[in-house]
Amino acid sequence: MKIRPWGERLTDAANVALLTLIALAMLLPFWHVLAVSFASYKEFLEKDIVWFPQEWVLGAYEYIFASGSFVRSVGVTVYLTVLGTCVNLIFTSTLAYTLSRPVIGQRLVLMLVMFTLLFSAGMIPTYLVVKETGLIDSLWALILPIAISPFNLIVMRQFFLGIPSELHEAAVIDGANDLQIFGRIILPLSKPSLAAFALFYAVAHWNNYFAGILYLNTPEKWPIQVILRQIVVVGEAQTTLGGGQILLENAPPAETIQMAAIVVATLPILVVYPFLQKHFTKGVMLGSVKG
Amino acid sequence: MNKQQPELRTSAVMLAGARQPGRLFRRFFKDRYLILIGLPGLLYFLVYRYAPMLGLYMAFIDFSPFQGISSSPWVGLLHFRRIFGDQEILQVLWNTLSISFLQITFAFPVPILLALMLNELRSQVFKRIIQSIVYLPHFLSWVVVIGICVIFLKGDGVVNGLTEQWFGWKPVPFLTSPDYFKPIIVLQVIWKEAGWGTIIILAALAGVNPQLYEAAVVDGASRFQQIWHITLPAIRSTIVILLILRLGNVLDSGFEQIFLMLNPFNMETGNVLDTYVFYKGIQQSDYSFATAVGLFKGFVGLVLVLSANNLAKRFGEEGVF
Repeated sequence: MKIRPWGERLTDAANVALLTLIALAMLLPFWHVLAVSFASYKEFLEKDIVWFPQEWVLGAYEYIFASGSFVRSVGVTVYLTVLGTCVNLIFTSTLAYTLSRPVIGQRLVLMLVMFTLLFSAGMIPTYLVVKETGLIDSLWALILPIAISPFNLIVMRQFFLGIPSELHEAAVIDGANDLQIFGRIILPLSKPSLAAFALFYAVAHWNNYFAGILYLNTPEKWPIQVILRQIVVVGEAQTTLGGGQILLENAPPAETIQMAAIVVATLPILVVYPFLQKHFTKGVMLGSVKG
Repeated sequence: MNKQQPELRTSAVMLAGARQPGRLFRRFFKDRYLILIGLPGLLYFLVYRYAPMLGLYMAFIDFSPFQGISSSPWVGLLHFRRIFGDQEILQVLWNTLSISFLQITFAFPVPILLALMLNELRSQVFKRIIQSIVYLPHFLSWVVVIGICVIFLKGDGVVNGLTEQWFGWKPVPFLTSPDYFKPIIVLQVIWKEAGWGTIIILAALAGVNPQLYEAAVVDGASRFQQIWHITLPAIRSTIVILLILRLGNVLDSGFEQIFLMLNPFNMETGNVLDTYVFYKGIQQSDYSFATAVGLFKGFVGLVLVLSANNLAKRFGEEGVF
């Protein structure tokens, strides 16, 4: 192997060290949150920062899962994520497929889609349309107004365009109509890429916060991010979680409850992250192709 | 063949002229299933993306929920004139622009630097580990990111605890002081999005022909000369495209993030156009004025992105459209 000059080795070492620091800056805050969520009250009070709790305590988790409003919000969010992702996939894949075929009005509809990337009417007119369509205080308000991400639609259309047209021609010769071609050939072929879109949509639903604030008035319908904000940012752990319940005796300190709630709200993201990672480079590259 | 063609063409033109509706109908009929499955998506765009654009009409009337859209009085550009006469809005506009300016100066270059650093790594395993870590914060919700930030920065939080223990400093009110609002917003964006932003730059870097580097090494170019003369020119057009898109969002300051960070103490430096529209429109039901502010924001964004695109083209870059 060629011996590299000292200066070059030094810059290499500095580069590795700096990148390690950057990665630690991303990881350690979350690690601290995780550690505190398991720490005992005494240890939390004694130390400013906790990396490894001396004794692992589950009190904070028992507390949040004993709270009706927290458990309910997890349920609501799971429901929203599953149903919302299904709606996303159905709406996006069907329109993406239609637009990938030489159908009448294709250019016009594509232009309509592209324009929404550049300009949107803004919060108030959208709010009023959601109101007019009768969705205020309904969970559908968190699903239908974001049924299609225009960006995902364009990427998915790009993907459908890449499917060889010979498949299509062969199916037509065999007497299949467009509905059968889409259902029996295109969709089964696209399973892996649909899974990737599903993951991205699901993460968006799980993390959706503001739509809940904007459209839902009943606290019982709040998704987890809204509850989490009440607990952590507003700092009302006990009032948000405790309202009307019989609470555990010796409730754990608000801080460990906050951290436990953050961990629970992040866990699903961490679980799907390895699968996401397999796809997103491809997704971003596809999207960056001009066309 | 050749002789027949003009004849065919005239008959096609005649057909198109005389029997246009029939042909149109036949095309519709041929594609009926395709159109059928595309309909829900099209309906979505019409209802939730384009119907609100009709609602922009509200910016030109004095809308009151009791009178309805049709009987509210027309006021023309009154609400837009209010935008420039109102001291509070000028402050909000200034906050929006200064946060964007800080983002473009400090947050925009970070993914580029990070991508260059990642690109210089020799160990592919180490590179992949670092990538996995720095991409992760992008997928956390703003509530989680700000929750963690609050835990660290609040009055009796981790940072204040450590600085007091180590240096004996007094606690700094990071979250409730107007002075710290903007820097914290920029730092949060860097923490959450810098890693994610490297993906598109790394993709552009992957397209660089390795022979260019080999040739440069033969010519005795140093590491930094290689970066300056090969790597940077290779990603220049990507950077220009990203900058164009960023410019189009100058009046967009990340609604959720700022909304979550705002409190009565930092409202003065933290309130931006998006949050202003929310407070005015949704909380105070001043629909017409809030719509006008939103329309102003959207219109400026559209004009900016189109002119940045034109400018880029004039300087010989590709542009986005």
